[in-house]
Parts: sequence; C-alpha cells; structure tokens
Amino acid sequence: MKNLLLIAYLDVKESLRSKWFYVYSVVFGGLMALFFITGVSDSVVMGFTGLSRTLLIFIQVTIIILPIFILITTVKSISGDRESNVLEYMLSFPVSLKDYYWGKMLGRFSTVFLPVFLALILGVVFGMLKGGVLPWKMIFLYSALLFSLSFVFLGLAFFLSTILKSTDIALGASFVVWIVLLAFIDIALMGLMLQNRVSDDVVITLAMLNPIEVFRIGAISLFDPELTVIGPVAYYLLDTLGSTWLIVYAFVYPIVIGLLLSYIGYIAFRKKDLL
Amino acid sequence: MLAIAKDVTKSFMGTKVLDNVNLTINQGDRIAMMGPNGAGKTTIVRALLGFYHIDSGEIRVNGADPIKDRVEVLKYISFIPQLPPPVKLSIGELLSFVEKSSAISREKIFLESERMDLDLKNQLNKPFFKLSGGMKQKLLIAIALSKKSNLLIFDEPTANLDPKGREKFYELLTEIDPSCSTLFITHRLDEIEGLVNRQIYMDLGKVVEDEKI
Ligand SMILES: Nc1ncnc2c1ncn2[C@@H]1O[C@H](COP(=O)(O)OP(=O)(O)O)[C@@H](O)[C@H]1O
Ligand SMILES: [Mg+2]
Repeated sequence: MKNLLLIAYLDVKESLRSKWFYVYSVVFGGLMALFFITGVSDSVVMGFTGLSRTLLIFIQVTIIILPIFILITTVKSISGDRESNVLEYMLSFPVSLKDYYWGKMLGRFSTVFLPVFLALILGVVFGMLKGGVLPWKMIFLYSALLFSLSFVFLGLAFFLSTILKSTDIALGASFVVWIVLLAFIDIALMGLMLQNRVSDDVVITLAMLNPIEVFRIGAISLFDPELTVIGPVAYYLLDTLGSTWLIVYAFVYPIVIGLLLSYIGYIAFRKKDLL
Repeated sequence: MLAIAKDVTKSFMGTKVLDNVNLTINQGDRIAMMGPNGAGKTTIVRALLGFYHIDSGEIRVNGADPIKDRVEVLKYISFIPQLPPPVKLSIGELLSFVEKSSAISREKIFLESERMDLDLKNQLNKPFFKLSGGMKQKLLIAIALSKKSNLLIFDEPTANLDPKGREKFYELLTEIDPSCSTLFITHRLDEIEGLVNRQIYMDLGKVVEDEKI
C-alpha cells in the first residue's frame, strides 16, 4: 500500500510536468472561459439560460474529446514506458506488480479527472460572478458523470496498453474503439432504427452498452424529454426508465466496465511477459 | 548458490532466444558474460529478474521464484540496464522511489555519486532524462552500488561513459564487497579482466563456454 501510493504520487508529479497535461488543462479550462467570453451563456435558446446552457454545451464537447484525450495520453505513456525500457528499470526494484499497476491507475485517474472537473468548477465560478441561481443538481450530476466517463476510458486505456504490446497498435486500437463508440450515439442509432432492419430492442441495447451514449443520456436526463436535442433513443429510455434510474445507471455502468477492463489488464500484466 | 537457471527455454514469436540454458551463479562469482548481439544475454538476465515467463525450465534466485516472489528476489539484486531509460521523474523523485521501495539511503547514493564526480545535490529538480548519457549512467551505478544486494547485474554498463568515467567506474568496482556476486555483460573483456574470475560466452541462445579464470 505504501508503494502503491508512492507510485501514484510520482505518476502525478510526472504528469504535472508533461506537455499533454498542460494542453489538456488549457483545452478544457479554455473552452469554459471561451463560452463565457463569447456570451454563449447569455443567449436563451431552447429554454436554457445562463450556466445550465454553458454546462450543457461543455458536456456535449466533452463527450467527444475527453475519451480520446484519455486514451491517447494514457496509452502513450504506459506503452511508451515499456518500449523505452523505463518499465524495465522501475520494475527492477522490489515493488509488487499490484502496487505498480494500481498505483499508476490511481495517479493517472487523478490527472485525467482533475482538469475537466476543475473546468466545470471554473464554469460555476464564472456563473456565480454573473449572478443568478446556480443549478446545483446539474453541477453535482455532471461531476459524477465526468468521474465515471473518465474512469471507463482510463480502464479501457490500461486494458489496451497491457494487452497490446506495441504503442502504435494500442494507439490504433484506441482510435477504432473511440470512432465506433462515437458513431453509435444517437444519430447513427436513429439511422439504424429508421431502416427498420434491426429491431428497436437491439438499438436500445446498443445504446445502453455504449458508455459514451450512456453518458450523453445521463447528461440530458435532467431536461424535459420533449426537447429535440435529446434524440429518439434517449427519449425512449427516459420515458421507460425514468430519469432517476437512468442517472443511477449512467453513473454505475461505466464504473463497472472500467473496473472490469482494468482488472483484465491487471491479470494480463501479471500473466504475460512484462517487456 | 545465489541463482540458478536450469534448462531454461524461451521463444519470442517462434524463435528460440534461450535454448536450454543452464547457469549457476555462486557467492563470490564475478562473471563476464560475452557474446554477439542477439545471443540472448539480456534475455537471460531479464528472466532472472522475473520479467519473462519462461517456456520451460526453472529459475531460482536466492531460493525463490523471480515471478512468484518478485519482491523478495529483487530486494537483493542491483540491476543496471543496457541503456539508461528516459525516466521522466526528476532526480529527487527517482531517489525517493528508490529510497522508499528498496530501503536505500539517499546519503549513500550522494556519497557514491560524489566519488564518480557526479554532483546530485544541486540538480535534484532536473528531470532524469535531461542529464547527459554519462551522468545518467553514473547515477544508475551509484544507486546500484548503494543497494544492499548480494548480486549485481550490469548489462553493458560502461557503453555510455567517457574513458575517465569508465576508469572511475572500475575503481569503484574493486571496492564492492567481495561476498557480493557480479554479472557483467560486456564486449570489453580486456577492461574488466582483473575484476572477474569467471567468463561465460553465449551464442544463439546457448551457453557455449563457461570457465573460471
Ligand atoms: N521482448 C522481445 N520480443 C521479441 N523479441 C525479443 C524480445 N527481446 C529480445 N528479443 C529478441 O531476442 C534475441 C536476443 O536478444 P537479447 O537477449 O537482447 O540479445 P543480447 O545478447 O544482444 O542482449 C534478439 O534476436 C531479439 O531481437
Ligand atoms: Mg543486450
């Protein structure tokens, strides 16, 4: 446990100095600042005003870029350490593989989750400065959803970089997974539905299995289901499950999948050659 | 017996890289291991350190299995890799890792590096990978010598050192506790001749020569 925390701590220190972390923080913090500067928050469109609207847009952008950000940076550093023999050296010291793997995971999680979370908080601060009521329920829900979205993609990144030895192949696989998951959010699902070639049940199941779609549905579940932004699949789910269960599912499901993937990664780390 | 490899075989993608290797390291052995590139020298060392799951055979280091008991086995081995890895931690952070994971004292590392004319105290915040090749190697050597090991493994440790650094390095080696065994992988037998008492020659994944000198 002592070594696990040490490894997590050192990983965080290493990330804080790295370029990717810098870019990552600037992108998310910058996005939020941009929304306020350009006055997105002031316009009244589709019934949203102020901070709620800004947060909703922020979350829509995050859906697209957060997964790929997490995948690329994590896969690069984990597989990169193996290819450059950093792993060989670090693991020639008496630390258990358990401490090393989970310590890295803990450290990484902090560095991928904190910047988006802080960007959200930045939004809240801007909102407070502008005055008006703070949508606390939304802020809390979005923090929770960002937590589980970060977790599932971190788990996936650890899974891919331990199963696939080469950095290039692991990066390629990350892209493919990301594109496929993105393709199967509402728009594509709706296309499938309209074609009538697959049953609605299949479409709904696909939606429920896709962590990006689950995140999306969770994020818009607070709003009136009549709104067009929601899309047909989300509408159907909201209608049948009700928003409370949907929110619970949207939070728990990605965490379960993230744990499962990272655990399989851990088994592979122990059972396969380390280098 | 410190370490024993018995009938060890290991293939990578269908190619036998270790082919029935038998090797015993006893206390007080100072081994120079030689052989052409690709002979399997690094691979057998990595197998001893528990990095590879061997296909068949058996490995014991201090009586333990390097994979099942990796923490126990690695407590008593110092290892210097073939090339200094581009560790992104700062020197200070690397030292904390080493200190806390292996119970090595920082003071001891400072002392050993001073003896190689490497001043650490003023560059603790510098990332390790930004040091020059020779400085990196010296730091790794200082760490390895500070660890209380009974087996030191060096994979071509002097490849990056200038002649003066090499001289200093060999000077330090003469001071290693004689009860501590060493395994050098090297291409320069002439340089370490006085320091070794056994030489092993590997080729095509086999030990082809093993004699005391
Ligand atoms: N992790 C690995 N995956 C695939 N092939 C490897 C791996 N490690 C070493 N090899 C191959 O095994 C052979 C022996 O390598 P090595 O033990 O590094 O030789 P050397 O005696 O030069 O240290 C080489 O042909 C090398 O390409
Ligand atoms: Mg080698």
